[in-house]
Amino acid sequence: MRLSLLALLAKEPAHGYELKQALELTFGDAYPSPNIGQIYVTLGRLEKDGLVRAVDVEQSNRPNKKVYYLTALGREKLEAWVDEPTEGPRVRDDFFMKLVLAPMTGIADRMALINRQRRHYLSLMRSLNELADGTDQANRVAHLLIEGAMLHLQADLDWLERCQEELP
Amino acid sequence: MTPKQLSTVIKTVNLGKIYQQGAVPVPAVRGVDLEIGAGEFVAVTGPSGSGKSTLVHMLGGLDKPSSGEIWLDGRRVDTLRESAWALLRRKKIGFVFQFFNLVANMTVADNVELPALLAGSSPKEARARREYLLDALGLTERSDAPPSQLSGGEQQRVALARALSNRPSLLLADEPTGNLDSRNTRDVLRLLGEVHRDGQTIVLVTHEARVASLADRVVSLLDGQVIDDGTIAVPRRRSRGGAGDVVELR
Ligand SMILES: Nc1ncnc2c1ncn2[C@@H]1O[C@H](COP(=O)(O)OP(=O)(O)O)[C@@H](O)[C@H]1O
Ligand SMILES: [Mg+2]
Repeated sequence: MRLSLLALLAKEPAHGYELKQALELTFGDAYPSPNIGQIYVTLGRLEKDGLVRAVDVEQSNRPNKKVYYLTALGREKLEAWVDEPTEGPRVRDDFFMKLVLAPMTGIADRMALINRQRRHYLSLMRSLNELADGTDQANRVAHLLIEGAMLHLQADLDWLERCQEELP
Repeated sequence: MTPKQLSTVIKTVNLGKIYQQGAVPVPAVRGVDLEIGAGEFVAVTGPSGSGKSTLVHMLGGLDKPSSGEIWLDGRRVDTLRESAWALLRRKKIGFVFQFFNLVANMTVADNVELPALLAGSSPKEARARREYLLDALGLTERSDAPPSQLSGGEQQRVALARALSNRPSLLLADEPTGNLDSRNTRDVLRLLGEVHRDGQTIVLVTHEARVASLADRVVSLLDGQVIDDGTIAVPRRRSRGGAGDVVELR
């Protein structure tokens, strides 16, 4: 979350709650919304590392609020993040380990493992369908995020099929 | 409702198909026992060559089984001759082929109305049904075009509209979203969901998990055999947003 907060602050200074709202507005329900506590902890760490700084802003009738802004060091860090290629996703090796090793020990039947995993993926796909149905069509960011998750899940299922064809 | 309480629409007993490729027999479907209740939505999945098309072709009478039985609405049908199958298809079965099979010298509208008319609908009914289906699939503007002027994805959607035109007791669809982009897939899935809610029985072949996951039940084939057959659990929502294990940003 560190870098998403830096990115939001590069747009404009903001306080913690505004950052939470901006994340929710941008990514919609597809994004597991961070709680405000997490955001303040992260902001605290960013401040300690010199990437953001906070100023107290007085408010009438209310306690002061802390508005955060990006430092030059923070901007450097953000630019470095944007400039570098991002690691691709890794295969779900935990299931693959089970699939290869469990039958060797006689603990489990490979066919049963694959069938159970397929059903699990399909039920995840179903929840993504529901998520897509319940997400505002106008929120393209959220829809692309869900579509990305669906494509990854499809790849996992295709790979499962390959395992089923190739492993004895 | 559990499938047990539903009346059975289609049932197979030890169904098998062996193709002859030169001197080599190719078992395409082996020992399939299926029972599908009225109103069920069943997805058939499996790798390429696992026998999905062969299975649904047999269910629709388009391919003769080598062994076993097929029962449709309580009647044994695998023994029927071709003319009787043709009649049965006209009345009871809608079929979406993997490669569309639209009538080339008829407009889209006529392609879709034809099965309803053949099944005995009045011209007015057939027309209303056609308008509803083409609208649901975003094809109203293409009504007067001949199939040859349509893209693959459009032809595929017309094929679906045509299959639903006579309100069949069984819809068989072979990869009906295979040529569609994600928006058209959404229209097709929405229509399938709609007719399913109205009680349409659906057997749909797909390798797309997104499509399969909408079914009540998924049958998985491998090497012509059913290796899994079960309902898909409706996942419990974890707090707001759900699906949080899949959609995760860091
Ligand atoms: N008309 C045919 N003649 C010979 N072999 C066929 C014929 N149709 C299908 N097959 C073979 O039967 C098997 C199952 O094919 P198919 O039912 O088309 O699988 P799927 O639809 O799952 O890809 C494959 O090995 C395929 O090569
Ligand atoms: Mg096929």
